[in-house]
Amino acid sequence: MTRSRAPRPGFVLDVDRNTPPILFHHGEGFRFERLPAGRTRVVYPADPLPGLADPAGAIRHALVNPLDCEPLPALLRPGMKLTIAFDDISLPLPPMRRPDVRQRIIEAVLDLAAEAGVDDVHIIAALALHRRMTEAELRHAVGDRVYDAFAPHGLLYNHDAEDPDGMVLLGTTRHGEEVQMNRRAAESDLLVYVNINLVAMDGGHKSTATGLSGYTALRHHHNVKTMQESRSFMDQHRSELHASNWRQGKVIRDAGIKIFQIETTLNNNTFGLDGPMAMLQKREWDWTPRDRAAFLAMQGGLKVMSSGARRRIFEQWKAPYELTSVQAGEVEAVHAVTTENVYRQQLVPVQGQTDILTMGLPYICPYNVNSIMNPILVACLGLGYFFNLYRGKPLVREGGVVIMTHPTPWEFHPVHHPSYIDFFEQVLADTTDPAEIEQRYEKRFAEDEWYRHLYRTSYAYHGVHPFYMWYWCAHALQHVGQVIVVGGDTRAVRRLGFRPASTMADALEMASDVVGRQPTITHLHNPPLLMADVS
Amino acid sequence: MKALLFERKVAKFAAAAIAGRVVAGRGAKHGPLTLKDVDPPSLPAAGWQRLRPRLAGICGSDLATIDGRSSRYFEPIVSFPFTLGHEVVGDLDDGTRAVLVPVLHCATRGIDPPCVACRDGQINRCERIAFGHLEPGLQSGFCETTGGGWSLAMVAHESQLLRVPADMSDEQAVMVEPTACAVHAARTVPRDAGPLVIVGAGALGLLTLAALRAEGDERTIVMTAKHPDQRRWAKELGADRVVEPRELARAVRSETSSLVFGDHLTGGAPTVVDCVGSEDSLADSLRVVAPGGTVLVVGMPGHAPRPHVAVASRDGAAGVLRLHARRLRRRARSRAGRRPRAARQRPLPARPVHRGHRARGERRHPRCGARGVRPPQREATGRSLMAPAKADVTNEATTIERDEADQTSKADVTNEATTTEREAHR
Repeated sequence: MTRSRAPRPGFVLDVDRNTPPILFHHGEGFRFERLPAGRTRVVYPADPLPGLADPAGAIRHALVNPLDCEPLPALLRPGMKLTIAFDDISLPLPPMRRPDVRQRIIEAVLDLAAEAGVDDVHIIAALALHRRMTEAELRHAVGDRVYDAFAPHGLLYNHDAEDPDGMVLLGTTRHGEEVQMNRRAAESDLLVYVNINLVAMDGGHKSTATGLSGYTALRHHHNVKTMQESRSFMDQHRSELHASNWRQGKVIRDAGIKIFQIETTLNNNTFGLDGPMAMLQKREWDWTPRDRAAFLAMQGGLKVMSSGARRRIFEQWKAPYELTSVQAGEVEAVHAVTTENVYRQQLVPVQGQTDILTMGLPYICPYNVNSIMNPILVACLGLGYFFNLYRGKPLVREGGVVIMTHPTPWEFHPVHHPSYIDFFEQVLADTTDPAEIEQRYEKRFAEDEWYRHLYRTSYAYHGVHPFYMWYWCAHALQHVGQVIVVGGDTRAVRRLGFRPASTMADALEMASDVVGRQPTITHLHNPPLLMADVS
Repeated sequence: MKALLFERKVAKFAAAAIAGRVVAGRGAKHGPLTLKDVDPPSLPAAGWQRLRPRLAGICGSDLATIDGRSSRYFEPIVSFPFTLGHEVVGDLDDGTRAVLVPVLHCATRGIDPPCVACRDGQINRCERIAFGHLEPGLQSGFCETTGGGWSLAMVAHESQLLRVPADMSDEQAVMVEPTACAVHAARTVPRDAGPLVIVGAGALGLLTLAALRAEGDERTIVMTAKHPDQRRWAKELGADRVVEPRELARAVRSETSSLVFGDHLTGGAPTVVDCVGSEDSLADSLRVVAPGGTVLVVGMPGHAPRPHVAVASRDGAAGVLRLHARRLRRRARSRAGRRPRAARQRPLPARPVHRGHRARGERRHPRCGARGVRPPQREATGRSLMAPAKADVTNEATTIERDEADQTSKADVTNEATTTEREAHR
């Protein structure tokens, strides 16, 4: 990659009369919105940090120079049981170009294992209650060489949290939280975990305590109370989600399970510095005539396509992410460094809160890779992920308004999201209160035999997964006074309990009922990913 | 006097059937229903009285008749020409306001001794509905002798008349007959533990729902409704879950935690009350009823498949037919497979296994046949646990192909075995 200048940090733009219209992501499309001058600010992400010049060398260096831990070669010996677990399809977003960083690391670990004479190796996609990865997705993540050597022999596979013989209960935390783990991982002499830390929520003890766990353990932190007590779940020091995972991590450690954690960070080069989507990586005033022409051509093309065709086009996009750091060793020591590296790329200082927070929601979230962004996932992306991308205080004040743009189609992937359909048509039709939903409906969905069957044998998210998506919104739903979706399917938006608006102007007018006639507005110009450090 | 007369005119009935299929209700314009001047019906015997209708309801069976959708199963038990209308409130000659109990049982037909059902007070199960001194007719409104409510006058046997209390309006009184039908159904449904399904939120469906709740039935009730008003009323009357007809199977699956094979549930609701009586509603009912469960058809079927009606146990003119699902469900399943509507229905959640992916080994779990298999052993020097570069993987690919074939044949055998076992179970 060539660069003409050093990467610029993220910054906050005060909108004036000369500010060009601001780009909003809108599913598999885009909108330009002119925001009110004098009381609007736009939070822009930093430019992508430069990637490591020699990723293979950096990985090797991390493996032999780990933090608070013996070097990996010293932990490997003939006759041992070695399990390598890796983050699933939900990371990174969008999927990165080949070679995926997981492939680089797993190949490096396998090389060391081969040198040490280790034969008993299993490789597990740590997907918790997510859907199983397909062969193509596994190949993309681990590479063809690893796949061809292990998958045909049943040694590379998806974690199955509902396999009664394949899970083991390790104990309980001092808070009474059960800790459950994949049996093969728990019974291995060494568990190597390969992580991609796309946002600050990822990694640490959460990798194993969540990724290789099941409903019995996950329910202790994937619940409404935990979410409402996290400020936010992107800030692990103020996140009850992380506190619970850390407690479970200690139980795992006390059970004698040896974990060698390998964590990586990527830059935020989501759309490329050149190529058909490069303009999305830039700030609007940096667009060249060529960018404008390319954007108009893309926008025109997308408009005449069916939603399915648009989706297939965006699914083809692989982000040219680059590795910015890799560290290995003891879980907590590693994760402290990783988090700093995530913040180095994503953290943008912001002064004070706002009355209205606007956000353009893109076509992808962690749970619709190669799939459909259904209304529940739209809510989760906006109110779960984007809203929580803060440290300190939420960007929007308590009682403020969130305005999101997304088409929010009443559409579900029948294979990937079967329980989402029932959740949307039965549960949300009844109530949108997360606590009530948790109390009245969660258990039945979680224990539904059909959903279990689909999760284990098809490519379906677990029956309880839509509940977690809704709980992810719980903090935002508790905090804000109103949620408005611009350009969404009216019925679907209303089913979510939000208010639909045709245009941004209408949405701002509607918001004035809650926040007054001259509210301050902050737009989160995301993606590429950023995290607001609100003082 | 004026009466809306329905005559036996095959060509017009066919025209109504075609028009009714193009636009619902259009059959009335083209069919054999005409407004005519007719002589008032004479009193057939002692004990009969003249009833001058104030209001007459339009039943779903009336609509099916004039729109050419009624089942020919009923032809032997009607007599042409007849005046429609069996939900009636009217005045007797002495000024008494009365509602009509439309069933034409033994007493009305002058049959003595009465049939076993009438003797036991089960007049709704009368076995003589085509005999006696009246023309054949399941009930008033389908019998030439008695006339019907869609006219200025009809005749009714004194055993068919109920005096209307002064504080009951005509609008309330005219609903007595369909409400009685619904109450009868509510008292007929088995009191099992599982959720109860009501198919259809027309007047009869809603009344049945209200009757069930009024009878103290606290089961979870899932109801289908096509229109927003119906959905709202169903909710207000106590349905726990109101879904569109195409969503019924999904809703019942979710409520009963059933599994799915093909487009069908392994379990289902123990009791389904079909308040539509069409071919589609019966197919939907049989699709979601549990093995060994009961489908209760309330009202009179429209264009219901004749074999289903013929084998059902009939519960009289109040219109409760009971189908036992055990054997019929299989027949409906094969019918549903051929029906275009079934193909349009929203599919149930994903098929359980994607053989292609599983066969390629990606799904295979260490405890599922691959335990103990190790990657090819390498030399200690320069060894690698990974596959060689692409150009060298011909043998691997061959192995995978073979695996795929093995897996597929195993999957076929497994499915067959499962199916056979299931059929045997039924």
